[in-house]
Amino acid sequence: MEVIEQSVPLEHFLVLSAILFSIGVFGVLSRRNAVLILMSVELMLNAVSINLAAFAVYTAPQLFIGIIFALFVIAIAAAEVGLALAIVLRLFRNRGTANVDEVATLKW
Amino acid sequence: MIDVFFYIFAATVIAGALGTVLVRSVVYAALFFIASLVGVAGVYILLSVEFLALVQVLLYAGAVTVLILFALTLTRVEELRQRVDGGQRAMAAVGALGLFGVLVAVMSQTEWPRDVNQLTTVPFASIGDAIFNRWAVPFEIASGVLLVALVGAIILAMQEEGEV
Repeated sequence: MEVIEQSVPLEHFLVLSAILFSIGVFGVLSRRNAVLILMSVELMLNAVSINLAAFAVYTAPQLFIGIIFALFVIAIAAAEVGLALAIVLRLFRNRGTANVDEVATLKW
Repeated sequence: MIDVFFYIFAATVIAGALGTVLVRSVVYAALFFIASLVGVAGVYILLSVEFLALVQVLLYAGAVTVLILFALTLTRVEELRQRVDGGQRAMAAVGALGLFGVLVAVMSQTEWPRDVNQLTTVPFASIGDAIFNRWAVPFEIASGVLLVALVGAIILAMQEEGEV
């Protein structure tokens, strides 16, 4: 491990990740299709991983906690995508739609 | 030099993300999504965590997007704007911008514990060392979670008897 002067400060990475997270929130709120919502969720997860990695290398590099956490976020995201897409497929087979607002059986 | 690369990667990430949430065709949205993920891998390289960049390209830009494209094919979504987007786009934009404002406001008021212009590079070997020594148990649990998710996905997507 060596310390180097970086011309891009930490805040730039944090602002980038905030922009990415906000775009993801917009996508989750505005899209109807379940697969597109899932892609927006993945964008938000990526924003979180950028944040974790940036904090790890800039402020607390001793135990690599941020980097290990980012790895776990990616692993859990892979599991989540697999399960969510299986659910979307089942939904499409049972209901003939992948739009979340047409699946309102639980809404009273 | 590094800041030029940072802005190139940041522009890729943001343009890809905007394409993902705005574009009308779902397949184009998935392609923009890949561009955004590759940009994030570039950001990881600038942060000197090459290992995360590799995992990002392999797992996200490779496996996850292939899964998503398969799901798009199998669910045959119509490519009309009304079908893809709900009626609450304006409120969604207000909400997202509000969240962004709050995040940046909090960020600008925070005092960082160290000099935030200095970056500590993380070599490959010490990441492996950390995963398999200190974080070995969480690592094994994550592999268990992945296995359970895999089995669950297969059972959910499996065709039941008498189904078309």
